Order: sequence, then structure tokens, then C-alpha cells
Amino acid sequence: MQSTQLPNTAGIGFKARHFDDLGDPGAVSWLEIHAENYMVAGGPRLAMLEALRARFPISVHGVGLSIGGEGPLDAAHLDRLKQLIDRLRPAQFSEHLAWSTHEGTYFSDLLPLPYTAATLERVTSHVDEVQQRLGLRMLLENPSSYLVFEDSTLSETSFLAEVARRTGCGLLLDINNVFISASNLGTSAQAYLADYPVELVGEIHLAGYVEEEDGQGAALLIDTHGAPVADPVWALYAEVIARIGPRPTLIEWDNDVPDFPTLEAEAARAARLMARRVAA
Amino acid sequence: MSGQGVFASALLGPELPRPETLRDPSGSRATRRFDVYRNNVAVALTEALAAAFPVVQRLVGETYFAAMARDFARAHPPRSPVMALYGAELPGWIERFPPLAALPYLPEVARIEQARREASQAADAAPLDPRALAGLSPAELAANAPRPHPATRCLRTRHAALAIWGRNAERPDLAQSPPGEVLITRPALSLRLRAAPSGTGATLRALARGAPLGSALPQDADHAAIFACLFTAGALVPQGDPEP
Repeated sequence: MQSTQLPNTAGIGFKARHFDDLGDPGAVSWLEIHAENYMVAGGPRLAMLEALRARFPISVHGVGLSIGGEGPLDAAHLDRLKQLIDRLRPAQFSEHLAWSTHEGTYFSDLLPLPYTAATLERVTSHVDEVQQRLGLRMLLENPSSYLVFEDSTLSETSFLAEVARRTGCGLLLDINNVFISASNLGTSAQAYLADYPVELVGEIHLAGYVEEEDGQGAALLIDTHGAPVADPVWALYAEVIARIGPRPTLIEWDNDVPDFPTLEAEAARAARLMARRVAA
Repeated sequence: MSGQGVFASALLGPELPRPETLRDPSGSRATRRFDVYRNNVAVALTEALAAAFPVVQRLVGETYFAAMARDFARAHPPRSPVMALYGAELPGWIERFPPLAALPYLPEVARIEQARREASQAADAAPLDPRALAGLSPAELAANAPRPHPATRCLRTRHAALAIWGRNAERPDLAQSPPGEVLITRPALSLRLRAAPSGTGATLRALARGAPLGSALPQDADHAAIFACLFTAGALVPQGDPEP
């Protein structure tokens, strides 16, 4: 399937409460939905999506495939996803470098995995299977990290680059996650981005975090998607855009969801940064 | 146990040891850092249940609901990444939860909320237009076999659960509803809830099995009232419509 691409402009994660605000594309020019929320037989949720997709390009973002899981992919879930993708014909599909299901129990969170030769094999084969089943090139998103596995032998950037090289998938660069992980693990976000294969970026995510404490006196940033994008994340974003040019950029705000103008202002800020790069 | 097996067990079992291969940047065992995931999971499941059962949450209070939801989630973690119907076992679980025995209407309120979300997400279908039956002879009407709309649910309540639900869900029109049967359906995009005459549920179960109207209605029930309730709610689809 040759899908249309998302525009190199700003979008937001769609929330039902903003349906009436989404008349025509403006600063918010495309929408992302969580695939699992639309795996229902019918009703108002799907009707809203049908109405929106006539006006906005749609990006489908999966949160439940458990691509980093030890077990096989859930075939029934992959079927549901295939059905949704065939119905919506979205501009893009993305999922996470994470696991969320173990032996049939779904944890409703994106859980971390060690980066080893064995997990690389597994993730590669899962991405292959997803792309084959869905008939598209997917994007794989980097996680937010709170801890490290002592058995990891590969860096996250080389792990992602190698999955992409072996499967042909693209990457979704979550710059908030890069910043959170670097802060939590005592590493450098700039160094991460220098190592990251930016040429494979098909979409960028920006979101907010909150600061807590790790029990040992160190700051611990929590990826809440419940706050404005932080200034250091905007700065990293500007650097990435300066380097690679505009990319479809999503403002993710899933908890304590604000009114539409607040989200629109965040999207407009991303759009301005992209426009400045184009003008330069 | 596999690496993810240890991780997974410790997520839902706070008394179980955290995985040993997790480190903070200084190389110490990650404890509070692992607990970020425990907390994320607990919050995600609690919030999913609160969004699905807002009136139950209001009746027991947010703090109590959160504690109860954590207990429930440990006993019934999600078995699918599709969370739209997660918590279907909650009404039955509440019924068997001794600390809530003093609120005997609570499981019934929870069943109403569960039926509402099922109706909200059910397949779409055009409801039966009663005018389509207007020209039928009595014999033809008795032989006609409409089926329940995919969104139609009918519950039997022993307590005034619909009234309690209505008072807590900004539906004052339902605040005086008596105990008895409750019909929930969605002919198009809006949910409909109403008190239903006795025998409505039995009629719907018979129609679902394919029985015609002539034999679907219970002997001792008010047939006209059941007809009026089902037709005006848009709770049926025409005979012969393909299964959605």
C-alpha cells in the first residue's frame, strides 16, 4: 500500500472534546489517534473520526502491539489493526519500541526492554511481521526511560538504526522522550541526537513532563503528556529542524487535556519554528 | 521466569520483588524508578475504570474508588489492548466485595454503566420504523420477527438503580424511575435509557433467538406497553437484516 504522507506541518493528538473546534485545518493541520481507542464496532467515536478524516490527514499511532514483547505478536490484535488501517487509509502508522503485554495480560503502559542481540532479533522480526501484515512502512518510536538494564549491550540509537536498516521501517523521533531519558539516565540529549539516524525521521513528537524525585535525591522526569512542551525540549526541536528541515510534528497532550486554543498555540509554535527554518 | 515475566509480575504485585537487572545511572538497584511503571499501570487501569464507571465512582468517592479499582485490577488485569470495554467484570466483582454490601444498588448501577458503554460502541444499524409494520394484518404482524438492535441492552433491577444513576448523571428526568427493567439502546448516535415495562427483557431475548412477535411476548405482560417502549426507543431492527 502506498499511503499518502503526513504534511511537514503541526498536528495534535485528537480528543473528542475538541471535535467542535476542529472546523478546518489551520495551525493544527493533521490529527493523530490512538489505534486502540477506535477498535469498536460502531457509535459516536467512529462517526467523529469519519467526519474528521474528510478534512484532516490522519496518523494512526498504536499503543498496544507490544513490539518489544518476549512472546509472539497478538494475531487477533494485528487483525483489528489491519481492519482499522484498511478502513481509515491513514497517512501514517507508528508504534513503540516497548512492550505492554505479557502472557495475555495487557498493562496499559509502555514498558522498557534491554538492548541486546536477542531483543534486536525479536523486535526486527516483529516489525517485519507488522509491516507485512499491514502492507505499509511503519515508524518506530523511541521510549522515555527511567532506568537501565544491566544486560544491555547496545545503545538505543544503534538499536533503532539497526532495526530500521534490517526492516526498512522509518522512525518517529519523540524529542520529549530523548530529553527525559537523557536527564533520567545522566546522559546527553545532544549526543543522543548526534548518534540518531535523523534521515529516517518520518514524524516528531513533542510533549510535556513533570519533575519528581528518584528516592536517592536525584530528579526524575516523568513522561506524563499532561503539560506544555518544556523549553529545553523546544530548543532540541529547533536544533533538529535546523538540521533536517520540517517534519510532521505532533503536540501530544493526553492527560489534563487543555482547551483547544492552548493546544493550537503549541502547534503554532512548532509551525513557526519550521517556517523559520524554511525561510532561512 | 523470563525477564519480562519477572517485570510483569512485579508490576501488579507490590509485595513481589522488583527485577534485579534494573539500575539507576549510578549502578544502584532501581527501586523508586521501577515504581514509576507500577504507578503508571495502576493509574492507567484506575483511570480507565473511572472513565467507564463515573457514577459508581461518585457514589463511593474518588479515594475509595481508586483503592477498589486497584484491588479489582490485580484480580482482573486487562486481557486485551483494547480498553474500550475493560472492566466488564466490575459489576459482578462489586456484588461479591463484602465491604460494599451496604450499598446493594451499587452492582446494578455498575451494570447500567457497563450497558451504556456497550451500547455506545455497538455496531451501527438503522432501527425498525414502526410504520413499516402499519400495513400488516394481525396474522402477518404475529409472524414478523424483528431482532434487537446491536446496541440494545435490557437489565432487571431490584433497587431503584436507574433513578440513582439519573440523579448522579444529570438526568433529572430519570430521577423518579422505579425498580424493574431498564432499557438501554442507541438507534443512531445518542444513547437512550428508560424504565421498561415488565417482560421487555424476556421479549428481547425471544426476538434475539429468532422468535416472531406472536410468540416473543410473555403471556402475562402488557403487550402494548412493551411494543410502545421498544418501538419508540428504536430498540429493534427489521426482520431479515443481515447480522452486523
